Amino acid sequence: MSAEAAVLASLALPLLGAFLIALAGRISANIREAATMLTATGLALIVWSLVPLVMAGERPQVSVAEVLPGIELAFAVEPLGMLFAALASMLWIVNSLYSIGYMRGNDEANQTRFYVLFAVSLGTTIGVAFAANLFTLFLFYEALTLSTYPLVAHKGDQRSVASARVYLVVLLSTSIVLFLPAIIWTYMAAGSGEFTLGGVLAGKLEGAGVGLLLLLFVFGIGKAAVMPVHLWLPAAMVAPTPVSALLHAVAVVKAGVFAITKVVIYIFGVQHLLDAFVADLLVAAAAFTIIAASIVALRQENLKRLLAYSTVAQLSYVVMAIALLTPLAGIGAAAHIVAHAFGKITLFFAAGAIYTAARKTELHELRGIGRRMPVTMSAFTIGALSMIGIPPTGGFISKWYILAGAYQADNMLALLTIIASTLLNAAYLLPIIYMAWFAHDETFEARAHGEAPWPAVLALTLTAALTLGFFVFHSAVLALARQLLPGF
Amino acid sequence: MLAPHLPMLQVVVPLLMAPFVVLLRPRGLAWAAATMASLMAFAIAIVLALSVVGDATLTYRVGGWMAPYGIELRVDAFGALLLLVITGASSMALLGGQRSLERALPPTREPYYFSAWLLALTGFVGIAVSADAFNIFVFMEVSSLASYVLIAGGPDRRALSAVFKYLIMGTVGATFYLVGIGLVYMMTGTLNLADMAGRIEAVADTRPMIVAAGFITVGLALKAAIFPLHIWLPNAYAYAPHVTTAFLAACATKVALYVLLRFDFLILQQHLSGHAFQFAGYLMPLAVLGILVGSGVAMFERDLKRLLAFSSVAQIGYMLLGASLVSVSGLHAAILHMFNHALAKGGLFLAVAAFAAVTSGWRLEQIGGIARTMPWTFAAFVVCGLSLIGVPGTAGFLSKWYLVTAALEHGALGIALVCVILLSSLMAVAYVWRMVESACFAPDFDAETDADSTPNRDFAAFSHLLPTILWIVALANLYFGLANALPLELAKSAARTLLGGLP
Amino acid sequence: MDILGLYHYWVFAVLLMTGFYAIVAKPNLIKKLIGLSLFQSAVFLCYITFGKLAGGTAPIVGKGAELFSSPLPQVLILTAIVVSISTTALGLALVLRIKEAYGSIEEDEIQEQDAP
Repeated sequence: MSAEAAVLASLALPLLGAFLIALAGRISANIREAATMLTATGLALIVWSLVPLVMAGERPQVSVAEVLPGIELAFAVEPLGMLFAALASMLWIVNSLYSIGYMRGNDEANQTRFYVLFAVSLGTTIGVAFAANLFTLFLFYEALTLSTYPLVAHKGDQRSVASARVYLVVLLSTSIVLFLPAIIWTYMAAGSGEFTLGGVLAGKLEGAGVGLLLLLFVFGIGKAAVMPVHLWLPAAMVAPTPVSALLHAVAVVKAGVFAITKVVIYIFGVQHLLDAFVADLLVAAAAFTIIAASIVALRQENLKRLLAYSTVAQLSYVVMAIALLTPLAGIGAAAHIVAHAFGKITLFFAAGAIYTAARKTELHELRGIGRRMPVTMSAFTIGALSMIGIPPTGGFISKWYILAGAYQADNMLALLTIIASTLLNAAYLLPIIYMAWFAHDETFEARAHGEAPWPAVLALTLTAALTLGFFVFHSAVLALARQLLPGF
Repeated sequence: MLAPHLPMLQVVVPLLMAPFVVLLRPRGLAWAAATMASLMAFAIAIVLALSVVGDATLTYRVGGWMAPYGIELRVDAFGALLLLVITGASSMALLGGQRSLERALPPTREPYYFSAWLLALTGFVGIAVSADAFNIFVFMEVSSLASYVLIAGGPDRRALSAVFKYLIMGTVGATFYLVGIGLVYMMTGTLNLADMAGRIEAVADTRPMIVAAGFITVGLALKAAIFPLHIWLPNAYAYAPHVTTAFLAACATKVALYVLLRFDFLILQQHLSGHAFQFAGYLMPLAVLGILVGSGVAMFERDLKRLLAFSSVAQIGYMLLGASLVSVSGLHAAILHMFNHALAKGGLFLAVAAFAAVTSGWRLEQIGGIARTMPWTFAAFVVCGLSLIGVPGTAGFLSKWYLVTAALEHGALGIALVCVILLSSLMAVAYVWRMVESACFAPDFDAETDADSTPNRDFAAFSHLLPTILWIVALANLYFGLANALPLELAKSAARTLLGGLP
Repeated sequence: MDILGLYHYWVFAVLLMTGFYAIVAKPNLIKKLIGLSLFQSAVFLCYITFGKLAGGTAPIVGKGAELFSSPLPQVLILTAIVVSISTTALGLALVLRIKEAYGSIEEDEIQEQDAP
């Protein structure tokens, strides 16, 4: 298969898979889930087959249609998109495995719809990853919002419908009111929205306009959850856990920070932003988000909400890293997308496993749970350590690079923020771990459960292993990220 | 051999079929004949559209008499685009609507209904191809009278009072138009549009011309349901048979807007001093108000069909907004939006016709759970709804994109207009999502426990043709969102013609 | 300005406004239709007077006829009268059906019945 065909296949396969899953859902649950696993595996194989090509410097490009004069629906694989697509397609397999355990364990309704929409969202995620210009990115960005909306509202009760409404309204309105005008402005100013290494705006837009446009992009891409457009993320917590994992680790928030990264590197161009002295705005916004979200997380009682605020903070790490505009921080941003995905998906899987096995959602209920669910809680511990950035976990690697990047940029604000937030992370995550392993709670009902169903446990073991593994085997990611360096 | 006669055939085919249809008695035959005629008209429209691509204009002299003495038919890009919309909407609505109409009409009335349908079609296409101001008036009245019949044909008695209001207002509008062209005729001595444009310069800025411009603009604005002259529209659309609504919502007001634009730009624009300023100055605020009020009312409307009707008022505002920018790009956006909105709104009302097989009423809670009973139909409904909002990848996005870029050419005013467009897009999200939420998540509506609804959960009446047509329309929304060369080219050429080669 | 010389415009305006008043102000549907007819007739009269020339004759070529009135407005108005008759007929038919459905032809009473 040629590289171009592989790109198209990776976009079409999830949609085809969605169709097959819908058909299979009429026959039996087992066939349906087999279809999901097959599609996920197939997608991963196709996407991963592109990795060696991109590492070797190839940039496969496909143009599908010219939608507006000079604006094409086109795809191009570049290192960052490759990284994102590879990550998403790999985690989909694990997530599907987990979904099978979770959805069956909780007897959720409308499971076929769930798997169909999951496949569709993955297809749109790949579209975001491979988009060759702003228009294509925007198209798939919106499609991702719309296809995940029913997943967030999956339970269909009043609370989840209301929360899903918040999810949709925040994401759609930011994208329509801020992101779309930013795109139009870019096209009008630069005459192109093509992702080009070095940017397209240099020499076309100067002065205060650069800062304004940057802010429009950053807040318009609501999926990156820079405060105050983070509101959708805690609201979306009502969704079933595999969906939360999809939102937090696989697709949605990653699509947000990925889009911001692409805009900074390929639209503005690092040098242009450095010349315009506007990136500090972005660093400040991200720093504020990191600290504020961490403080809010400290005060949460609900495990999933706590994790949601932790995500808000962690995403701003990526935004801040990219805003530092130094090569090392750029590598750190790419690495953090991966490391955070592994860590956060583990944490969510663990939270979901606890809910499935023990129906527990609040922090104080977790006393002593480590003894009854040792595998789950071990994985949780690894994920939490990765969030804080303690070796030997993946989080350490990315934080290291971001810190190094901050030194390189000589940015005290960023340095202090990272140090402060590390302390805050520890302050809200370590007590959970302590409570789970060392506190005593020997009431009868507390003991009446064991581990979650095996597919769920297997999935979270795998992701925990990935989190640990990333500490050692991260050279491929770094190699991909280094290909971005000519942009710096 | 037939090719030179196509502009004439476009009108003659449905016209000749109309009296013939009345005679067809066995059930379904009248429908089949009307559908055939409509499809033929659609085919002719496609051929015409393809042959005017690239700024070509087809003219046809009826009976071989030279213009301006004889009657002239003229098809340019704008007309061809409109013909596509009219005949396409008619064909899709007829194809999909058979079962729905069978339920709405008593068997004895069916042939008359289809005959009226063909007359309405004749009137609409007649307006699009006419090059003569008075013929436009006649065709306008033919189409209006036939549409009154189409709207009043259904079982809902509220349609009667709605259509009476429409009749009064429509006739007043047409009469205003008649006064206007009378004055123009008095001053120029011609009714042929092209001839008129040439002669008007000599009498420009005389008082009768200014009065005429006022009469024509107001009269056509009434027909086009431009805010605040839209009050006949919501009830007429809401209580008409669903298939009628799908047809009329897609093209009726656009045809009047077409005449308005042709008159104002081809004839008045270049010859009346200050016309551009006046046109923009009066109509732009109305367009903005129409957009905001229409969307605002739709956000709080509880009746599904009325909600969609008010959204139409807002969408007409978009078209007018584009036109009131008085620039090629603005007109281009407006004309493109005529096409795209017809796709979206036509599809939405067709979906309504499909829902009618299982719902008992149109209050939002009454469509509760429809997504579970009719998932495929509902999915098509959502696609058309997304196109209405203007989500990228759908046809609606493109016209909004062009509208925004056209507005941005106007500096600070443009930015204010862009804010209006974006705000109303958000409002569109709100009202479309209210429908989606009720359809997906509201509890199944129990008609038996509800006092003022008639249970008609009647799956037998649900044919597979309607969902198929509906999906064709939904896919067209997606297709023209990505590959839109034909409407784009036609709209661009139409905009250039209207502004007479202005930059 | 020759006010009396333009008297046909005054007739036109008065008739037009009388008709319009009936359309807007009368609740009775039949009266509305009468107003509509008046409204249209006013316009027809206006048209006819456009074509009239002082001292002109019918446009028949013959001896002693050098000055013609323009025939075209009359032709147009013939068509417009047909349109107007159809509109009135349709309007009356609608009123009949409204009477059947609501038992009234007064606008306010009909609205009352439809009020939720």
